[in-house]
Amino acid sequence: MAVKVIVEKCKGCSICVNSCPFSAIEMENKIAVIGDACTGCGVCVDECPFDAIEKIEEAVKKDLSAYKGVWVFAEQREGKLMPVVIELLGEAKKLATEIGTDVSAVLCGDKVDDLTQELFAYGADKVYFADHPELKNYRTDAYTKVIQEAINQYKPEIILLGATHIGRDLGPCLAVRCDTGLTADCTKLEIDPEDKKIRQTRPAFGGNLMATIICPNHRPQMSTVRPGVMDKAEYVAGREGVAIRLDVSFGDDEIRTKIIKIVKQAGELASLTDAEFIVSGGMGLGNQEGFELLKKLADKLGGTIGSSRACVDSGWIDHSYQVGQTGTTVKPKIYFACGISGAIQHLAGMQSSDYIIAINKNENAPIFEVADYGIVGDLYEVIPAILEAL
Amino acid sequence: MKILVCVKQVPDTNEVKIDPVKGTLIREGVPSILNPDDANALEAALAIKDNDPNVKVSVLTMGPPQATEMLRECLSMGADDAYLLSDRAFGGADTWSTSNTLAAGIRKIGDLDIIFAGRQAIDGDTAQVGPQTAQRLNIPVVTYVQNVELAGDKVIVQRQMEDGYELIEVKTPCLLTAVKELNEPRYMSIYNIVDACSKEITVWGHEDIKLSPENCGLKASPTQVFRSFTPPTKGKGEMLTGTTAEVSKSLISKLKGLHVI
Repeated sequence: MAVKVIVEKCKGCSICVNSCPFSAIEMENKIAVIGDACTGCGVCVDECPFDAIEKIEEAVKKDLSAYKGVWVFAEQREGKLMPVVIELLGEAKKLATEIGTDVSAVLCGDKVDDLTQELFAYGADKVYFADHPELKNYRTDAYTKVIQEAINQYKPEIILLGATHIGRDLGPCLAVRCDTGLTADCTKLEIDPEDKKIRQTRPAFGGNLMATIICPNHRPQMSTVRPGVMDKAEYVAGREGVAIRLDVSFGDDEIRTKIIKIVKQAGELASLTDAEFIVSGGMGLGNQEGFELLKKLADKLGGTIGSSRACVDSGWIDHSYQVGQTGTTVKPKIYFACGISGAIQHLAGMQSSDYIIAINKNENAPIFEVADYGIVGDLYEVIPAILEAL
Repeated sequence: MKILVCVKQVPDTNEVKIDPVKGTLIREGVPSILNPDDANALEAALAIKDNDPNVKVSVLTMGPPQATEMLRECLSMGADDAYLLSDRAFGGADTWSTSNTLAAGIRKIGDLDIIFAGRQAIDGDTAQVGPQTAQRLNIPVVTYVQNVELAGDKVIVQRQMEDGYELIEVKTPCLLTAVKELNEPRYMSIYNIVDACSKEITVWGHEDIKLSPENCGLKASPTQVFRSFTPPTKGKGEMLTGTTAEVSKSLISKLKGLHVI
């Protein structure tokens, strides 16, 4: 949806200017002019007392073919790329090859020039980078502004963001600002061989249903992608690309939040998504001390422990250990599910593990339906026996 | 001080079942509940009201007429009044359309200091409507809020991160999305339940909030569902049988044989 001023009807009353949530309308020679910040929300159309603003069809406003290339949001924290960025670059390359276009990364930060080399090595053909002290740490207003301007200028057809606490904040804001759709937490992306548009598949209803979403008439097509789902891009040392610096300037009060301090607490998340071995516990543990036994097995394998949602809700273990739909998605070499019944929300987060081993007293537990190897028994007997056999 | 809480009525996804033959969701008999994160959002608002009786807490939802049941639940928890945006034109909305509709409703309510919403709803899990509504209202947003403290015309919040939190200062009016770590939602009180039954719930359609049908619902949604299907399950593997010692040894030798350990 887009809007247009009917010049003959405009009386220059400025009601639309004041009603626009995006400050996208200005008066020029007593006639309203719609600027680039317009999202097509239609507030002005309904507010105008003279019916002087009308909606025009999307195709007229946006030439979809002008949008080219696949972009990846190169999320950095403390000057380091998030692991999901490497996964997104791997996926972006696949998509770009099928469309016949190139891969770009968009990077925001303070003194992050050296990350551009790393992004080239992981397959970015271009890196659009914004370097500014105000961009050191993620803030919604600052990053949204810079990246929205880059999108308007360079017009990518697809943008992928990691579904991190940052990507899931930035993505929705960008989508509204750029007047387009966003599909959250995708687990699979494909290109339609006919029209080269993206098909985005994601879990819904707590993982009970998968939905494939399209965004046919708006650009860019945007997805956030769950960390740990896509295959990592290959690192090619010395690979070169083009770095394009983005102009950055902020007005007073344009960034409306202030970070007072950043507090680190758990710090286990990275090891959960990267772990090759995960020994996960559910309510079958009976108590929080049960995780100590799981840790023994995890330590022996060089892995980490995980948890079902129920244990987190019971306060036995921190949320950062939670595997599943509302926790972390994992795909280790081996996933031990100990005393986990296998609710669909949990399965959604671990089903793509290479091998799943289920240990449960209840032989009818749904977890056995997805297990490569199932053992019916008391985990407090079975795990010590496994430790001994190792 | 005026606080608005955006809430959603959702099917309890823990109770959702799949029709094994058709492969579709069985919605019948699934209870509709107040979305869990939204209950935390409402609790945050009510906690502010507990400390200052001059605070007014309103709740807003978009949904079918039966969403009034959930709004009565919110009133019974202690909200002062409730608004329902309900119109056939709102149906089939994606987050673009939903946020556009909520924002139009919020503009009509007007003059708010803090808007709370849940981080995400358990039926869609998108976490998009909160920040998108804030963008449309052109007010600052902080998502994943796990603690809130008022400080004059500012709010100091903890924004949950994967490995800790950020302490953030934001000026009002602002929109905050709540995570479950924020608080423990209260139960409905007998006194409020009686009161809630007699309260009028304001119902607005698209004309009331000055939104043309082209700007809401399915028509305005950039995203479309291409298809939906039940997730393929990994096939059942092998059940190991024998004594504990036997199955453990057998497991380890199989894993070694596969070169995974």
